Amino acid sequence: MNITPELVERIADLSRLELGQEEVLETAAQLEQIAACMDILNRLDTRGIQPMSHVFPVENVLREDTVLPSQDRAELLACAPASDGETFLVPRAVE
Amino acid sequence: MELMELTALELGTAIKKGRVSVKEAAQAALDRIAAQSSALNAFITVTGERALDRADKLQAGVKDAESPLYGVPMALKDNICTRGVRTTCASKILGEFTPPYSAAVVDKLAGAGAISLGKLNMDEFAMGSTSETSCFGPVKNPWDPERVPGGSSGGAAAAVAAGLGWYAVGSDTGGSIRQPAAFCGVTGIKPTYGTVSRYGLIAYASSFDQIGPICRDAADCAAVLDALQGKDPRDGTSLEGQYGRLLDRLTGDVRGLKIGLPADCYGDGLDPEVRAAVLAAADTLKSRGAQVTELPFPVMEYVVPAYYIIAAAQASSNLSRFDGVKYGRRADEYGGLDDLYRKTRTQGFGPEVKRRILLGTFVLSAGYYDAYYIKALQARAVIKSGFDRAFEQCDLLLTPTAPAAPPRLGTSLDNPLQMYLGDVYTVSVNLAGLPGLSMPCGFDSQGLPIGAQLIGPHFGEEMLLNAAHAFQLDTDFHRQRPKDSICRDAQRVPARLETLDHRPGAQCAPQREGGGPA
Amino acid sequence: MTWETVIGLETHVELATRTKIFCSCTTEFGSPPNTHCCPVCTGMPGALPVLNRRVLEFAVKAGLALNCSITRHSGFDRKNYFYPDLPKAYQISQLYLPIARNGRVDVRTQAGDKTIRIHELHMEEDAGKLAHDPATGLTRVDCNRCGVPLIEIVTQPDFRTAEEVTAYLEALKETLQYLGVSDCKMQEGSLRCDVNLSVRPAGSGELGTRTEMKNLGSFRAVARAIKYEAARQIQLIEGGGRVVQETRRWDEDRNASLPMRVKENAQDYRYFPEPDIPPIRLSEEYLDALRAAQPELAQAKRARYQREYGLPEYDCRMITSHRALARFFEALVELGVPPKQGANWIMGEVLGALSQRAMEPGDMKLTPPTLARLIALVGEGRLNRNTAVKVFEAVFDRDGDVDAYVRAHGLEQVNDDALVREACAEVLAVNPRSAADYRSGKEKAFGFLVGQVMRELKGRANPQRVNAILKELLMQ
Repeated sequence: MNITPELVERIADLSRLELGQEEVLETAAQLEQIAACMDILNRLDTRGIQPMSHVFPVENVLREDTVLPSQDRAELLACAPASDGETFLVPRAVE
Repeated sequence: MELMELTALELGTAIKKGRVSVKEAAQAALDRIAAQSSALNAFITVTGERALDRADKLQAGVKDAESPLYGVPMALKDNICTRGVRTTCASKILGEFTPPYSAAVVDKLAGAGAISLGKLNMDEFAMGSTSETSCFGPVKNPWDPERVPGGSSGGAAAAVAAGLGWYAVGSDTGGSIRQPAAFCGVTGIKPTYGTVSRYGLIAYASSFDQIGPICRDAADCAAVLDALQGKDPRDGTSLEGQYGRLLDRLTGDVRGLKIGLPADCYGDGLDPEVRAAVLAAADTLKSRGAQVTELPFPVMEYVVPAYYIIAAAQASSNLSRFDGVKYGRRADEYGGLDDLYRKTRTQGFGPEVKRRILLGTFVLSAGYYDAYYIKALQARAVIKSGFDRAFEQCDLLLTPTAPAAPPRLGTSLDNPLQMYLGDVYTVSVNLAGLPGLSMPCGFDSQGLPIGAQLIGPHFGEEMLLNAAHAFQLDTDFHRQRPKDSICRDAQRVPARLETLDHRPGAQCAPQREGGGPA
Repeated sequence: MTWETVIGLETHVELATRTKIFCSCTTEFGSPPNTHCCPVCTGMPGALPVLNRRVLEFAVKAGLALNCSITRHSGFDRKNYFYPDLPKAYQISQLYLPIARNGRVDVRTQAGDKTIRIHELHMEEDAGKLAHDPATGLTRVDCNRCGVPLIEIVTQPDFRTAEEVTAYLEALKETLQYLGVSDCKMQEGSLRCDVNLSVRPAGSGELGTRTEMKNLGSFRAVARAIKYEAARQIQLIEGGGRVVQETRRWDEDRNASLPMRVKENAQDYRYFPEPDIPPIRLSEEYLDALRAAQPELAQAKRARYQREYGLPEYDCRMITSHRALARFFEALVELGVPPKQGANWIMGEVLGALSQRAMEPGDMKLTPPTLARLIALVGEGRLNRNTAVKVFEAVFDRDGDVDAYVRAHGLEQVNDDALVREACAEVLAVNPRSAADYRSGKEKAFGFLVGQVMRELKGRANPQRVNAILKELLMQ
């Protein structure tokens, strides 16, 4: 698997991480090394094997539709880096 | 009586019998933390005042206490949310985050009469095998301060080994309880996935994360696990089960127990001293009546790639919520919304976390998802059935916990792939959701502890703990303690190694007395 | 060249559950910002989702009613993207195994009957609300709506006209309301739809490049937007241009669709199975139980009303236009009201009062026993219809005891002929001209005299008796 700097830039963009030019090259080299190790999995014949997302046969875990008190707003907003006491604030995000 | 020599259960008994007050115990631990912890860098936040206040409250109820751990001081890994006490995940991005809620296990422990001394240092977001990626600086191994304590629950293992509290609660995603337990000469167990609620545990890889105890011996682990386990309606992956009777069923009787040695875990890359110590442990168990057999386990080469693909993918998604909007730290300067995201995340995450986010984003992205993520999930199914077959032939598996002794500080992070490969014995257990325990089984020629790992089938905690308890009845590796002088020497080792100083002037400050807001 | 418009619809419907899809916060609409929030729906670290039983039930009910095949083994996936209305930076949705697939909805337009195929129906969580604050230049984030349960219903590109789309939306709304799974209030955003539209030369088998339109606030806006967008694309192509695949925002005020500013690099949502939510497996027993509990839907009710009560099709359509009305009607019949009378009251007074107040039938305070009693009083001749309408107006907003009201206001019909005769005589005495006019053949004068008698008796007189006695006296 060849990891190009362009590919690293694309995944960095999707991850909302900024990488300097050097970091891009370094990351490309590291990811290529890691991907090579991951390619060991290609030796494994997985035809017909169901991908295992959940390890236990637990199914249908459901809650009742009963209202419980919400979190106190002041406590919630106290965690926020920017708030006006009612809402979280971010730079303009609406057209 | 030297309090710190006692196990958690012994201290619990002493408190119950009135020979020690809860406050005396808490104060003794806090004194040791004050004297030693800064050298080891085991704690991120010490909540002394809270602990002493709680000690007073608990003392009043000693007579009616039912839990064997009532009044016993302990500490929590700093990825477990504690209402009113800052929870950092050892990351800059969480800043002074003080959760308005507690993890389910925190409530359970409170119900069992636990006293928390504070929050323990760890690898940032539990990503690492050395506890060097913390933004609060690396944790040091109490047996040799120039070495790492393992990770990611390095603070927890170091604290228990150095007597900074009687037990600790950590988390294990790919070995993060077992490997540091092995490196620090203590006992730790990662329970069956789904038996301890993950509610309030800051997620790294949701499919693998599991909370568990790090203790001085198997009996303490049984007692703590009894307090931790249970079905939680707030965690959809939590399992129904018969919980709370591990300690009662600890007999030390292993007659007829079939212990398998997976041949593929004793091959190339295993340090000969580690191999010898683990095989000696097998002999000890045999001498108590267990049957030991070798068996093939031909899936080992797939475990590290499958684990890192799935873990990184889930991490990339789980850590996307750290965007500087709802909580944690926001970049000081930014342009628009998108720039806020980029600057906050770029400044807030350390290199290893970024590496895993990038790796995870890669394996999920269009064009690579099937080749990597789906393939890894299929490999997981193959690995799981490998275990299923193994458990048709035996009751437990015995392997090394780590292939070699703890590395020197500052030598691991430059070669991430090498570090990942070091997790080979532990990650398979998380892939299959199984319980795994690490117990001290000897020391190498440099005096560093060696750990042996026992792996059980689902809900096999009772067997695991019983086997470990049996082993500990005949051995005293678990009773060995590092010399306090070594811990003090740790101060001479520079806390901030050059290789870690990736964010000049940006180190986080550990917090002392008082902790967060009361 | 003749062009054909090809339209597919993605409709998001908020489910009428009490709590959110993955946490126990209320779904109540219109509260102060961030007061219906908890660690789960604001994506706090360590919080975990647990599926609401009723969301699953509602989604399956909707799937059954839309003739879908229900996925026996289904699950949730994460859709990853950064936006401030999405606290976890991923939306929990269903991509790989949606709960229902391959359904159909029959619609009727002027042009005839048509079947719209449903591609899939899946469950997901709603996002929060963003509001730009011009005073600060910042955007305010309100997470009350985060985690409100949605079903998204995706059709095949089977529509060719705006009329078909409107008919489909009406049918969908009616069905979901009848099931009780959603109130489908477009103005509160509990029903929202995106329109995927392309044009192609008539008869062509290939699809053109499509655009996706959002922000459609009403059925009328949907119809207008479709007409606009089809015309825009045709004009573009005929002018030698090319349609760009993009998301456009409908601007109702400008009556135009405008491209939304989105980043150039293609979205990559990196869907993967949600590890925090175990899969869902539905048993035949579960599905059978839900099938058995499915309520009678509007279409079936219309047929039954015609058959059982002999009501005209128009009446049936009016009464079944809303589930609450149909329920009300059935309750009236149950209480012994003759079906046609019940229908008349609902189509006349009830719908009138509702539209006057811009109220939804479901929010009506008036109960069927009250209206049934009122209708009975008229039938028994104890209230005349005009007075009954006044009583109706009086009790409509808060319900109440009709008999007590009639007693308290002395409205009971005067059936005592002696009293009526006395009033008639008096009116004739005071209005000799009108009496004379009537006798000379001016029918109009009679109406005036009746009115005077009614006034004399404060409107309570039995109109039939007034007519008869007045005529009798005038003949004398």
